[in-house]
Amino acid sequence: MRTLKILLMASLCATAACGKKTAKTLPPPPPTTAPSSSTTPPSSSSGVTETGVRPGSPEDFRRSAGSDKVHFAYDSYEIDGENRGILDAQAAWLQKHPSVSVTIEGHADERGTREYNLALGERRANEVKNYLAGKGVSSGRISTISYGKERPEVEGSNEQSWAANRRAVTVLGGATG
Amino acid sequence: MTHTLPLVGSALFRVRAATGRCAAPTVRCREVPFRVGRWTTFMLLLAAGVAHPAAAQLKVDINQGQSQPLPVAVPGFATPASAPTAAGETGALGMQVAGVIGNDLKSSGLFKPVGPSAPVTNGEVTKPSFVPIRAVGAQALVTGFVEKNGDGSITVGCYLYDAYAEQELTRDGFKVAPAAWRRAAHKCADKVYGRLTGETGYFDSQIAYISETGPKTRRVKRLAIMDQDGANHRFLTNGQNLVLTPRFAPNESRLAYMSFANNKPRIYRYDAVAGRHSLVGEFSGTTLSPRYSPDGRYLLLSQVRAGVANIYRLDLESNALTRLTDGPSIDTSPSYSPDGSKIVFESDRSGTQQLYVMNADGSGQRRISYGEGRYATPAWSPRGDWIAFTRIGGGALRVGVMHPDGSGARVLTDSWADEGPSWSPNGRVIAFFRSPQGGGTPKLMSVDLTGQNLRMIPTPLGGSDPGWGPLRP
Repeated sequence: MRTLKILLMASLCATAACGKKTAKTLPPPPPTTAPSSSTTPPSSSSGVTETGVRPGSPEDFRRSAGSDKVHFAYDSYEIDGENRGILDAQAAWLQKHPSVSVTIEGHADERGTREYNLALGERRANEVKNYLAGKGVSSGRISTISYGKERPEVEGSNEQSWAANRRAVTVLGGATG
Repeated sequence: MTHTLPLVGSALFRVRAATGRCAAPTVRCREVPFRVGRWTTFMLLLAAGVAHPAAAQLKVDINQGQSQPLPVAVPGFATPASAPTAAGETGALGMQVAGVIGNDLKSSGLFKPVGPSAPVTNGEVTKPSFVPIRAVGAQALVTGFVEKNGDGSITVGCYLYDAYAEQELTRDGFKVAPAAWRRAAHKCADKVYGRLTGETGYFDSQIAYISETGPKTRRVKRLAIMDQDGANHRFLTNGQNLVLTPRFAPNESRLAYMSFANNKPRIYRYDAVAGRHSLVGEFSGTTLSPRYSPDGRYLLLSQVRAGVANIYRLDLESNALTRLTDGPSIDTSPSYSPDGSKIVFESDRSGTQQLYVMNADGSGQRRISYGEGRYATPAWSPRGDWIAFTRIGGGALRVGVMHPDGSGARVLTDSWADEGPSWSPNGRVIAFFRSPQGGGTPKLMSVDLTGQNLRMIPTPLGGSDPGWGPLRP
């Protein structure tokens, strides 16, 4: 025990004050820079002018690579043909912007158990990382995180929604939460 | 046998007769020097022409009881002297204690509270009138008193009677701070349950779980804890970080859980006494699925590295980390047998999620699940005789049980997505969570080992990932 680092997490509320919070006073969810849907037109999240897209920005990345995410078959972590093309384009962009690091966020659909899905999401993120590394992107620039089934992109319970949620998203910089 | 709940300290407790003091300071003091024996009772009742099941001991069959719950009367508890306490007047507490006991017994599915709730008189506690009790169809009577002590604490005494034999079956008493009156009521209910079923009870226990609110795409999750009946609910985190899968340590004052604080998915510990959260161990990668050993010395966990998840054992004192499983599969969701000698876990090494059992040192790994579908989230019963699981198949997730050798597998629930079983401390009830199709929040549920008595566990918001704690001391 004495060698365990005791970390007082400011963000983890440990006092009785927690119990007094009602649903009405919940803190707002942490902001995300990840796009919420593939059907909304891409919007600039980097605060640049309306007329241009800043090179090296997430917007530039998405437009250049075509997509910041790849999808997977049920219970699978294989990257198939079309998705390989997306990752090739991502890798090419990353070669042009060597100072940018990325986090691969892995996700699973809701039809599995919680802990397994956390590991499956990690597996998917790792596959993408390996693929990008194989295309010349230094693995030191790539970190991974899995959200399992905790952060679906789409809310429905049908094949279409599940397919959309089985994804790995390449996010510039650190993970979004 | 003295009972002092730790909240009040170690003062010796005596069950005091409602009508007078005991001659000697023994726990089971009887103020009535002469008691009507069973034989005499039998003869009297025979003479009265009343059929008396004297030959049949009043007992509840825990495997059959839900089809015919035992009718039991639980009138309000008396108070020898009305007095104000920090939790209200003692007479009012008497009514509430009886209410909690009746609710506990009813929730087990084995008992059916009947009859009026009006309180008994002080004298009736040790000399009940059984005729009106039998008249409402009750076969058993639970009665008792709440009394304020000089030091501000309260004493809750409870008595169980066979309403036909007109015989006291058991009694007990608990001295607690007024604010802990519910625990005394739960202890009484456990005593009744234990005496009538022959099994240990489970009512004086807590459940940790994840409270959920908001849309599925932006779900806010908070660690929470409550009594098993939903009372005394409190949040332990504020929703800012994704938190998952809490589990109690065997001493019930600690929880381990998973948090995404700082975007690093790791295992944390919550110390209820200190009211503090702390990181468990130093890991460079994702760690998940924390599970304590029955002696509290170890914490099992899965560590994920390069897409592979293996099970490790962390010695909580020395911080030594021992790897228990190997190989390129996802091994997770471990659970110790109650004697600490074996561990059940899930692995997809065969291609799909299945259950495996190994010795506590990682040796002797063998698959135990062979039925249709995939098997996950195993939880070994505290009695050692069953392993609960989530079965994935036929487009649904369902909760079931199998014996530790894999035999006798059966599902207990039937819905679209039931998941994450956790056992009551007596190994008879299984808590889990049920998710709706579409957007709604999941709900905590429980089901009896027999598959009967499916119930919702009340929570203020949605709930998932129940971790049922031990019976409290």
